[in-house]
Amino acid sequence: MYVFGYRLPGMSSLVIWGMLWEVIGRADITFFVPPLSEVITILFSIIGTPAFKKALAETAYAFSCGVFFAVTIGIVVGILMGKNRLLDEILLPWVNVFLSAPLTALVPVLMVLFGFGMKSIIITTALFAVWIIILNSRAGVKQINRSLVEMANSFGASPMDAFFKIYFWAALPEILGGVRIGIIRAVKGVIIGQLLISIVGFGALFELYSANFLMGHFWAVLIVLFGLAFSISEFLAYLERKVAYYAAKR
Amino acid sequence: MAMSRTNDNKVKVEAAEIGSAVSVQNISKNYGDVEALRDMSLEFPRGQLTSLLGPSGCGKTTLLKIIAGLLEPTSGHVEVNGKNVSGPGPDRAFVFQDFALLPWATVLKNVAFGLEMRGVATSEREAIAEKYIKSVGLAGFENSHPHELSGGMRQRVGLARALSVDADVLLMDEPFSAVDEQTRRKFQEDLLSLVQDENKTFIFVTHSIEEAVYVSDQIAILLPRPSRVSEIIRPSSFRNKGVNNIRRDSEYLDIVDNIWSSLRTYVE
Repeated sequence: MYVFGYRLPGMSSLVIWGMLWEVIGRADITFFVPPLSEVITILFSIIGTPAFKKALAETAYAFSCGVFFAVTIGIVVGILMGKNRLLDEILLPWVNVFLSAPLTALVPVLMVLFGFGMKSIIITTALFAVWIIILNSRAGVKQINRSLVEMANSFGASPMDAFFKIYFWAALPEILGGVRIGIIRAVKGVIIGQLLISIVGFGALFELYSANFLMGHFWAVLIVLFGLAFSISEFLAYLERKVAYYAAKR
Repeated sequence: MAMSRTNDNKVKVEAAEIGSAVSVQNISKNYGDVEALRDMSLEFPRGQLTSLLGPSGCGKTTLLKIIAGLLEPTSGHVEVNGKNVSGPGPDRAFVFQDFALLPWATVLKNVAFGLEMRGVATSEREAIAEKYIKSVGLAGFENSHPHELSGGMRQRVGLARALSVDADVLLMDEPFSAVDEQTRRKFQEDLLSLVQDENKTFIFVTHSIEEAVYVSDQIAILLPRPSRVSEIIRPSSFRNKGVNNIRRDSEYLDIVDNIWSSLRTYVE
């Protein structure tokens, strides 16, 4: 965006929203919104504490495991669904159901099945992320140029070769788009899991702060979480731009 | 008559003299109720270029893909160098109408792809690929991506890829139909010298009568409903007169006219 001929750096609008937050906070309209400056001071004061580090480590562990499973399973299942008509017919209705289902309602079932620990949290995280990754990978394979597949076959490509050297690359732009959205959903999943299954990680911090009306602390943790999710998403958007040169020309 | 429109017997005699690289025997192909090919037999003499020419829907691409092993015939069989074809094999390489290049890979990787599928080590296959990139006139573009090339250059990549695996039989599915007219003429001339220099058998699908007559040692006219080989034409006199004289040779012109008169009723 340009203002008076000067190009503003990206996300300049955040400054305006930050100022608005500060003004509302100082006006003391509600205890729910403390001034941004106060939130940031609290943020720096809690960021080095053992409680915060422990929460970050627990969340990061559950999140990365969940995302790992979601990405691996999602890409493989999605590509296979795109390749195989029968598999597609069998699985597609379920994928669509779970994509739009309120997964939070499933969490108690997971607790019964997998216990009140990390395992259930990881599965919840993966469940939030996996469906959109499957759908996108599938869509990526569906639009593949048939003659690329024929070409690979004509040179004697094995099914493995075709999978890794044709289907994966041809679907990569869509796959990355799916992974990006999936990861954003996984952030939701990991926090919901931590709140509902066992009170650990950032979920525990949220629970603690909101129960004690520590809104400054609450917002501080939320900002950290948002910052992490945003960085990962931007990194994936960067990867997407790296494959954009062929995305439009397949 | 100046042209040699051969009857079945003569073709068989000539094919027997040179020997067939590819032999198609009683091929039928049905898609459900639709009969794409019915009981088709055809011989492809070794070291020569045979065109499959016909109106759209006559099954020429289907036949080519059956020879390539990409499609299963409903009945009948294909022999390449006397061996039964049951799928794609290293004795055949395919050139695609839409080039079928990997858009994410460089020219070098694209040309080396066929060798990669055959398990040739990286350094070796890239050396071979470089050689063929040079031979099709794309030296200096090794690290370009397909979207940076023109249509003609892309098909040169496709051709280099097919040549680099050094197959006996080159199957070309309307390879020049997606390039502009001038590039196409250049390609046709290059193809003639390729047929002469490389000891390979070419099977060339086209819907252009002029192109077929210009490049072919043997033209198989395919007709639809039901698909069949209606005649086989072997131009005899103009092949060695030089690329610049072919298009005004009287035999060339006669054959073009004759093919058109037999095809025109099938074009709506």
